[in-house]
Amino acid sequence: MPASPPKRVLVLGIGNILWADEGFGPRCIEALAETCAFPDHVTLLDGGTQGLYLLPFLEQADALLVFDAVDYGLAPGTLLTVRDAEVPAFMGAKKMSLHQTGFQDVLATAQLLGRCPERLTLIGCQPAELEDYGGSLRPVVAAQLAPALDLALAELAAWGVAPLPGQSPVEGLADASLRRDAYEAGRPAPESACRTGDDRFFPGAA
Amino acid sequence: MVATPNGFNLDNSGRRIVVDPVTRIEGHMRCEVNVDDQGVIRNAVSTGTMWRGLEVILKGRDPRDAWAFTERICGVCTGTHALTSVRAVEDALGITIPDNANSIRNIMQLNLQIHDHIVHFYHLHALDWVNPVNALRADPKATSELQQAVSPSHPMSSPGYFRDVQNRLKKFVESGQLGLFKNGYWDNPAYLLTPEADLMATTHYLEALDLQKEIVKVHTIFGGKNPHPNWLVGGVPCPINIDGVGAVGAINMERLNLVSSIIDRCFEFVNNVYLPDVVAIGGFYKSWLYGGGLSSKSVLAYGDIPEHPNDFSAGQLHLPRGAIINGNLNEVHDVDVRDPEQVQEFVDHSWYAYGEAGKGLHPWDGVTEPKYELGPNAKGTRTNILELDEAAKYSWIKAPRWKGHAMEVGPLARYIIGYAKGHEDIKNQVEGLLRTMDLPVSALFSTLGRTAARALEAEYCCRLQKHFFDKLVTNIKNGDSSTANVEKWEPRTWPKEAKGVGMTEAPRGALGHWVKIKDGRIENYQCVVPTTWNGSPRDAAGNIGAFEASLLETKMERPEEPVEILRTLHSFDPCLACSTHVMSPDGQELTTVKVR
Repeated sequence: MPASPPKRVLVLGIGNILWADEGFGPRCIEALAETCAFPDHVTLLDGGTQGLYLLPFLEQADALLVFDAVDYGLAPGTLLTVRDAEVPAFMGAKKMSLHQTGFQDVLATAQLLGRCPERLTLIGCQPAELEDYGGSLRPVVAAQLAPALDLALAELAAWGVAPLPGQSPVEGLADASLRRDAYEAGRPAPESACRTGDDRFFPGAA
Repeated sequence: MVATPNGFNLDNSGRRIVVDPVTRIEGHMRCEVNVDDQGVIRNAVSTGTMWRGLEVILKGRDPRDAWAFTERICGVCTGTHALTSVRAVEDALGITIPDNANSIRNIMQLNLQIHDHIVHFYHLHALDWVNPVNALRADPKATSELQQAVSPSHPMSSPGYFRDVQNRLKKFVESGQLGLFKNGYWDNPAYLLTPEADLMATTHYLEALDLQKEIVKVHTIFGGKNPHPNWLVGGVPCPINIDGVGAVGAINMERLNLVSSIIDRCFEFVNNVYLPDVVAIGGFYKSWLYGGGLSSKSVLAYGDIPEHPNDFSAGQLHLPRGAIINGNLNEVHDVDVRDPEQVQEFVDHSWYAYGEAGKGLHPWDGVTEPKYELGPNAKGTRTNILELDEAAKYSWIKAPRWKGHAMEVGPLARYIIGYAKGHEDIKNQVEGLLRTMDLPVSALFSTLGRTAARALEAEYCCRLQKHFFDKLVTNIKNGDSSTANVEKWEPRTWPKEAKGVGMTEAPRGALGHWVKIKDGRIENYQCVVPTTWNGSPRDAAGNIGAFEASLLETKMERPEEPVEILRTLHSFDPCLACSTHVMSPDGQELTTVKVR
């Protein structure tokens, strides 16, 4: 690992907020932006499911911290941090989300171009529920937002980043109507709006 | 053998081949075909394997926020969905937008069109024609000569340049992670390029990566941010302050200059790289004219890019509107998306229920109620389907029809309609390309035609982008800095009940959002997306959709390696994230191909 602190840091949340625990990554960014003011060389970004669109952000970073819902095969709500060369394998082992140009491909592309961040850290949370379209974080995953932020702040501290209490600019965040409180408050009940898939995704539920 | 009402012959007696999932598309899709003993496809079944539920989650929301939700449907046409959504809400509430907003929206939509076409060709479709592994065998000097012959004005063409790229590629492949190029069938005889052409095209794959990230800056400038740019019911959210310096969010001269330089770069790339590549690569595949399917019979476009704000009449749209049916190019019908008899969705072969067989519903009255059941001849179980029964329900995609006809949508549909209508720019482009390639008009109705139409359209969109940029600058110089109309922003100014429709031509085809508003909230919201048209299953009458039709009669070199199937399906640029939903059950990433 390089000794000097990274010049530019990207803190990225990926996943689809419309798919229950798939929204873990973007919700982490939202929570981080609400509580911390970062120095100028740190960028917070809700990457959604943007795939290749994220490439320019990656290329401009020396260190990348990613929040994502990851299927580690552990108990729901388990947090696990992986670093550097391990990261792509975890993000591609199972295609967790709708980002069909998986984030693994984005990393591979950045490598092919010779412009991949030198340091990579993935803070992943094992989801409890994904197949709830229009749903939100399950309690066991929502409860991990604060611990995930603690892990992130420790990681960032190791990279020489010391945020102040406060807030970060909203450019990297979702529209106000999609923020967690507004999103959850306006959500139709499962009874009035079926949010499930078919029983191939719910074996035994038929 | 069964003859479909829309003119195709289906025979499911041969070997069944299942491709699941179809990769390098957005979303999740499965395809099954039957081949005869010559390896020719005689029956095709395309199915969206994910449930779609966008409509239901918008119920009860503020219609002014709908764009933000639709922007999250998928990772590709975010802006197009947002534009369609704000148009639908404006239509419902009778909100007009100012001239500058029309120009800016058009620039953003055209920009997305160009971006999407380039990314599709180089990053999703090229590997169906180009073999990057074969590129390792190329002679850099000969590649340089080829490049200079194909596109004399492209500056990056030295032998050293191609040698560098080849070395990078070699290192990447040797590192053991073929990464982007995995899951290829690199020794399949369906690949026809020389190593030099493969190296040239693979190099442009990299150049396109660099370009695409510049192009999207237009969205950051006008949408305030990217990804997920901001949109606004009533106009665009960016104020204009032409003399301002560094004002947050405002459009000033510096930002307009940046937009102008991006427009120039788009032009350069499309003319020096993209179009010459399509001609060069297409030249190797001139005898591979499979894949026409519905395109020579029935095509549909809603049209887009209005010259003037708030005027969607067909004559005022730069991308043409119309419908051609039964192969009669002499008659282009106008399309009215409000007419309850024209656009209807059927679910007889889809996993939804309307309660009445053979019934079609106009999107304003659309219902999205899932009903998952397999037909009696399906093989496997409800949770592990080995083979679908296409005589019953078999897809999460509904079957939209125009006056009862299955239609193809997308760049080729737009170009056939433009050509048939005598649209001057389109006609000139099409005739020029056919002349260059020495091909008859009939060659348009093919997989290659679809791919070529997309490239021509990218070039036309570059010109339109410039047109609207000039228009915007002129208007600003004349003192008009208005970008939004907020007269009817407050819900108290709205009628108690209202309904509207928004249309666009998304990169992959006709896109419509239909909204019903009641007491200031969304009562019903239906999206009929391009891939719903193209990927539609059969209807009650037995008409097959565009994907299915396009695969028929194709000869497969090796049925266990579905290069030809991927090639043709990719030519539609399918995007199933918004036509359907949910991921594969076990996260399986590798495509399984099963021959039964």
